[in-house]
Formats: sequence, C-alpha cells, structure tokens
Amino acid sequence: MENNVLIDLKNICVSFGDEQILKSINLYIRDGEFVTLLGPSGCGKTTTLRVIAGFQEPDSGDVIFEDKKINGVPAYKRQVNTIFQRYALFPHLNVFENIAFGLRIKKEKESVITERVTELLALVNLRGFEKRAITSLSGGQQQRVAIARALAVRPKVLLLDEPLGALDLKLRKDMQVELKKIQQSLGITFIYVTHDQEEALSMSDTIVVMDKGFIQQIGTPTDIYNEPKNAFVADFIGESNIVDGIMLKDCFVEFSGHKFECLDKGFAENEAVDVVVRPEDVDVVSIEKGMLRGVVTSVTFKGVHYEIIVDIGGFKWMIQTTDKQEVGDKIGLFIEPDAIHIMKKSEYSGKYGDFSSFSEEFDELSQPDIVAEESDDED
Amino acid sequence: MMKTKKPFFSAKNLTVTPYAVWMVLFVLIPIGLVVYFAFTDANGTFTLENLSYIKRYAETFWLSVELALISTVICLLLAYPMAFIIAKMPTERQGSAILLIMLPMWMNFLIRTYAWMTILENNGIINRFVGMIAQWLQIEFEGFSMINTNGAIVLGMVYNYLPYMILPIYTVLTKIDNSLIEAARDLGSSSVHVFRRIIAPLSVPGVISGITMVFVPAVSTFIISYLLGGGKTYLIGNIIENYFLGSSGAINYNVGAALSLLLMILIVVSMGIMNHFDKDSESVGGGMIV
Repeated sequence: MENNVLIDLKNICVSFGDEQILKSINLYIRDGEFVTLLGPSGCGKTTTLRVIAGFQEPDSGDVIFEDKKINGVPAYKRQVNTIFQRYALFPHLNVFENIAFGLRIKKEKESVITERVTELLALVNLRGFEKRAITSLSGGQQQRVAIARALAVRPKVLLLDEPLGALDLKLRKDMQVELKKIQQSLGITFIYVTHDQEEALSMSDTIVVMDKGFIQQIGTPTDIYNEPKNAFVADFIGESNIVDGIMLKDCFVEFSGHKFECLDKGFAENEAVDVVVRPEDVDVVSIEKGMLRGVVTSVTFKGVHYEIIVDIGGFKWMIQTTDKQEVGDKIGLFIEPDAIHIMKKSEYSGKYGDFSSFSEEFDELSQPDIVAEESDDED
Repeated sequence: MMKTKKPFFSAKNLTVTPYAVWMVLFVLIPIGLVVYFAFTDANGTFTLENLSYIKRYAETFWLSVELALISTVICLLLAYPMAFIIAKMPTERQGSAILLIMLPMWMNFLIRTYAWMTILENNGIINRFVGMIAQWLQIEFEGFSMINTNGAIVLGMVYNYLPYMILPIYTVLTKIDNSLIEAARDLGSSSVHVFRRIIAPLSVPGVISGITMVFVPAVSTFIISYLLGGGKTYLIGNIIENYFLGSSGAINYNVGAALSLLLMILIVVSMGIMNHFDKDSESVGGGMIV
C-alpha cells in the first residue's frame, strides 16, 4: 500500500435485515484519484459510498480516513461531500444560497462567501445564475449547482452517486468531460458510483467492479477491460464471448475444437478455464483461412460496424466487423494470440458470454436477480 | 378571447356546467344575498347603518379574534411536534397514529363538545374526582370553576380543531425528501441547524394551511362558546346567530348580514396575509388548501 492512501475500507460488512449488502469490502483510495464503483443495481456500490459519507454505519469493519478511524463520526464532521442522485438541492433557497449553504455553517465572512460562490459558478459554467430559483433550472444546470455546492466547502473527497443518471445522453457526455476536468484542476479525490461501464472507462483512474456485495476486480480501465478476472467482469465491461477452454500448457489453449496460441501463463496443465475474446478482436476471413468456422445467424448494423452473431458448433459468438455479411453465410474466424484472455473458473462461469438468445431486451431479462434487487440501491 | 364559435353542448361545457351551477346556487347567490341584506334596511332601501353596528360589537369582535388566535397558537405548538414525531415514525406505524388523531373526528362535533361540558362542570368529572381526593386528604375543596370561562372556550377550540393543524403539517413533513436532510448534514449542518434551515422553512406551507384551517372556524364559532361559555361569553358568531335565529324581537337579517360580511372580510384579509407569507417561502407545495 502506498503512503498517499486517503481512505481505507477494511472488512466492511453491511446488512439490511437479513440481506447482506456488503460482504467484507476491502478497498483503499489514494489522494487525488478518480475512483469509480461500478456494478449493477443492488451490487452494494451506493451503500459503499454511504459508508464513506457517514450516512451508513458498517456492521463491522473499519473506515480509515487519513490514518484515523472514523467509524461513528457523523456525516457533518467528515471532510467528504456527496453529490446526490437527484441532486437534493434546497428548493426554498436560490442558487447562491444553495452554494453558500456550507460556507454559512462555517460562519465565513460575507465577502468570502460571495467570492467563493462566484468562483464556483464560473467553474461550473453558471455565471450570473446567483439569483435564480432552483425550480427554474434544467436538470443539467441543477447538476452543476449540486457540484458547486458540494465543492464550496473544499472537501478532500467528493462522492458522486450516479450524478449523471437523470441527464440525456448528449448532456451526459459533456458532463463526463467536465467532471473529469474539474477533478483534475482541483486535484481532489472523486469517488464515483455508476452502472454505466462506458462512463467508468472514460473517466476513471481506477475502476472497482462490484457484484453481490463483493468487489470483483480493482484496476485501471485498460486492465479491467483487457484482463477481466472473471466472467462477470468480462461481461459487465463491454461485450465478451466467453467460452470454456482447456489450458494445455503455458501460452497454449484449446477451445471450440481448435488449439490457439495465447499470451497467458501460470495455469495448471490441462486446467479448465474461461476464455474471453472481445467481439472487436475477431477477424472475419475466408472459410479456408479461418481458425474457427461458423454460420452467420444475425446481422445488425451499428453505424461504425456490423454486429454479427456467428454459430460455431452450437455456441453463438458476437463479432464486430466492418465487412457486411449476410445471414446464412459460412465464414472463417481468425483470432490473434493477444486477443485471447484466459480467466480462472469462477462462480460466474457459464452464466455469461453466450449470445445464443441475444437481444437488447434479453440481455436485461437474463439477469433476474439484478432486476429484483433494484430497489436496494435507491435509498 | 373567443375566436371560433363553440357548440354549446361541447364536452367541456357539459363537464363544467354542474360545477358552475353549484357555485352560482350555493356560493355566489348566498354571498350576493348577504351583501344585499348588509346594505339595505328592513324596507329594502339602501343604507350603511348596518355596518355601524361594528362599533357596538367591536369588543366582541376583538375577543373572538383573540380567543381564535390563542387557540391557533396553542394548536400550532401542540401540533408541530406531534406531526414531526409521527412523520419520523416507521411508515407502517404512521398510518395508525394518524388514524388515532382522526378517530375523534368521526364522532359528532356537538356530542364531543357536550362531553367536555360534563367534564368541566362544577360538579363534573374533574371536580368530583379532585373533590374525592380532597375529602380523602381531608382538605377543603370548593371546586374549580372551569366551565363558562374563556379558558373553557379555548380548550374546546383547541380540542376540536387540533387535527386540522396536525394533518397538513404532517403531510408536508412527510413530503420533505430525506436526501435534502442528508445533503444539509453532509454540508456540515447539526440537527438543530437542519431543522431551522431546511425542515422548518419547507414545512411553512403546511403550517399556513393548518393556521387557516384552525383560525377560520375558531373565529366564527358559536357552538363552542355557547356550550362551554355558558352564555356568559358572547363571540361574534353568537351575535350573528342571534340576529338570525334569536328570539323574534331580536331577529334582524340586515345587521346579521352586515356583521357576517365584516367577519368574512376579516377572514379573507387574514388569509391573504397568510398566503403572502406562503409565497415568500417559495414552497415546494403540499399541505391542504382550504
């Protein structure tokens, strides 16, 4: 562990009634880092955030902030501020007073307050909005006021609970860039909660993938994408073909009836493994040149590329290609050694990465446990 | 602005008609009659004399306002903490708590007020009970005189109108988004500060409707003052009642109407002031509108 660790969560457990939401979370966050907690609804990411904010006391485990245990320290005494899912702006106060709220509690001088609020409004691109009523602002503007309000008291850490969830796609993309810019210019730590993997990949220094109250993987966006630890992570971050394989020896794996060279080592000889191949890493070649051969069963035009589903010995692969294929075409597939990623078998093996029933809706429906737990994340 | 002629029997007209008829029959015409009687004498000629009775009853007017204000303040002081406690209860218990508050309202207003008479009377329940204890302790006890006092009237008003204060306040309190409270705490607010800066201002609309719903019936009541004031205390409601329903010699619709009109103006003005406060608070809405 490095010495600029700001927040350290040790064996955090939280239960609501019989339901265990967090099952021994261990996580450290460095000063100035942009960390994203990523996972489906009900995975415990919001609860983790609330533990750090001080809204939720852990049943067991320690919350360490700057080497001091802060369990039991109420939210208003923590140097941590939150941006809430639905902004939680005070409707009876105008923009200026909302942003000044924390400063007034600190009994700052009026001149200091005015200066700080003006500075923050400039930071979030809302110059001249001081006197506006909260209810007269659009969603994006309210979002900015919420950011300014949280930053006004100069927190060491900003916690963001799906802050862009209520905005439309275009605005969301703009705000992603802006949030990242704000974080870099202020140099403070952002802990960001989202279920949007693209958002996580584009903004974060570190991504923490969570599911069922456990941390599944911690890593940089490239690590998480290229070296997923298990089938859940591989499937949650981007599209993945996940097939059963046998690791014949180091750098040599067999799957789908073909032996492939790969770059992974350190597995036992003939160990059963999960093999991940990203749809964009598969080359479509003529049937003679293909390492694998299959029949195209569906073609969807996605703008940049075609998304085609290929049946290879009963297992359906998703492949992204710029060459148009027709349904029923027999094609060959070529996979480079560095496109293959090997994972150890886990409880998620066999649950993800097969596109046989693929459609956007099916993707949602095939995870009933996630849908059912949706409400847990709301509070 | 009518640009095109619409058929008279349009769906809109048909749905609005019953309401419009109702309003005309039972609101506009009665108010018109009150105004007519207020400005005419027994022969139907125009006069302002009826309004001058206000001078004669100025004291009564003032007493009515005073007692109604005292009751309203007591109701507010009792109702706010009560509403707050209920709003903080677990959701499944809030329902039964509210039910308990509404329960007495299912009984007739008159009967409840009569019940208070038997409690407060000189040989009523309280005096007899205290008397028994006094006897047992061998202390001389002459009995409290509670009935037929202004205190008894205020008690009757508070007792009868308290739910009307609790309910709107409770409604706005439950509507306050918990994340606002968390946001305030997050920014450094202590519990007291959260209450002062967030909960209290956001509950103003409920308090306003509560005050209106208690003050308006309290200032115009005649039953409570009649039963618990024992004819000793006359409120403006009693005076007006007397002009309409009193002994044959006392009946004077014109004066009664004039006094009613003045009372109505008083109420409208105080409601106007109230609503002005409500707008200042830039409320999130909520509460019940009278």
